[in-house]
Amino acid sequence: MAKVRVLVAKPGLDGHDRGAKVVARALRDAGFEVIYTGLRQTPEQIAEAALQEDVNVVAMSILSGAHPHLFPKVVNLLREKGMDDVLIIGGGVIPETDIPALKEAGIAEVFTPGTPTGDIVDFIKANVK
Amino acid sequence: MDIVEELLKGNRLALSRAITAIENEYDEAMDIMKKLYPHTGHAFVLGITGPPGAGKSTLTDKLARAYRAQGKTVGIIAIDPTSPFTGGAILGDRIRMNGLTMDEGVFIRSMGTRGSLGGLSHKTADAVKAMDAFGKDIIFVETVGVGQSEVDIVKAADTTMVVLIPGMGDDIQAIKAGILEIGDVFTINKADHDGADKLVREMNMMLDLDGLMTDWRPPIQKVIASQNEGITETIENIEKHFKYISENGILTKRRTERSKNEMLDVLHSNIGSYITNKLVETGKMDEYVEQIKARETDPYTVVSNLMKDMLK
Repeated sequence: MAKVRVLVAKPGLDGHDRGAKVVARALRDAGFEVIYTGLRQTPEQIAEAALQEDVNVVAMSILSGAHPHLFPKVVNLLREKGMDDVLIIGGGVIPETDIPALKEAGIAEVFTPGTPTGDIVDFIKANVK
Repeated sequence: MDIVEELLKGNRLALSRAITAIENEYDEAMDIMKKLYPHTGHAFVLGITGPPGAGKSTLTDKLARAYRAQGKTVGIIAIDPTSPFTGGAILGDRIRMNGLTMDEGVFIRSMGTRGSLGGLSHKTADAVKAMDAFGKDIIFVETVGVGQSEVDIVKAADTTMVVLIPGMGDDIQAIKAGILEIGDVFTINKADHDGADKLVREMNMMLDLDGLMTDWRPPIQKVIASQNEGITETIENIEKHFKYISENGILTKRRTERSKNEMLDVLHSNIGSYITNKLVETGKMDEYVEQIKARETDPYTVVSNLMKDMLK
């Protein structure tokens, strides 16, 4: 009876949470357990919550432009904590040109505005370990 | 990683993995529980229940901080409902306790009810045991209290706190739902809202009328959790209750009862699934189902025969 557990988090100082909430609901409707940690999370908080909740997926939303700094930081912290199997995805206001660098840093996929939520669900189902 | 060995050393990832194995009923879960068991029985378990929106998580956050100030370590299991239609859940209690994430003395785990028929109670109890073995002094089990399964979860607790809020319109209904019987300590949160004093009076009247079987009169404390008001008094009430049950042999009785319930839970769920799986594997299950549908036999006859075969 294993469930896919997803941490949905908003790192940094960005107060726009509608997207994250829409994604959280879609993931719940897909049968996942979603731990929504809300706004203004530090990378350290995200990584620690991911550890305590033993999540399969960390899904981060950011609209402030701080993704080049914050996303890789979370990836590294998760690795340091021994959570190597976590699927890490992101979304929000992220320019296409930034995506290759994020993937290189360990973000499995970036889902920009307009992406059908079904695509996110399918990606998780196909790639979760 | 040897999960139990690491857990006993204080490795948080090991604790987390142990709880996952327990929740998902991995093969190693039984082995983990067998190894953990001797190291349990030390933690004080506090059940926190009440209707949705009563402020349980906010209150848990404040109580946890107060216990931390006393130097105690805290584990929190926050339970939210799983959708019976999709099997998914939004586990949204943790968000009220964000300030505790970086406190190394606190471990918070969110769990969904996962819609099992009473199975939740033994998984929650096992998760409590994992935190107990890990060394947590106090473990909170926080759940929505609107039904039988929540009462079962509460069996895992030494002290149960019921959290209510004024102005729900159906104060008496909430009281009638059996919540009165399971509350050792009552907390009226959002006490700055209209109707707080009225609720306290109504609760006291119900407690007066109720045929209480012990000498313990549950205290009723008004709090405003979000403003940290009434927290000290609430802790005092919890400690008073714990002292009472420790001194009167009630704690011993409860823990005996709990051990018995755990035995029965594990017995029923394991034997039940073992037999079910065997029937499914051999194709017998489909056979029986068709026969039952055609009224050639019935579930009772099938099971009686199975039992006769097994207990020869």
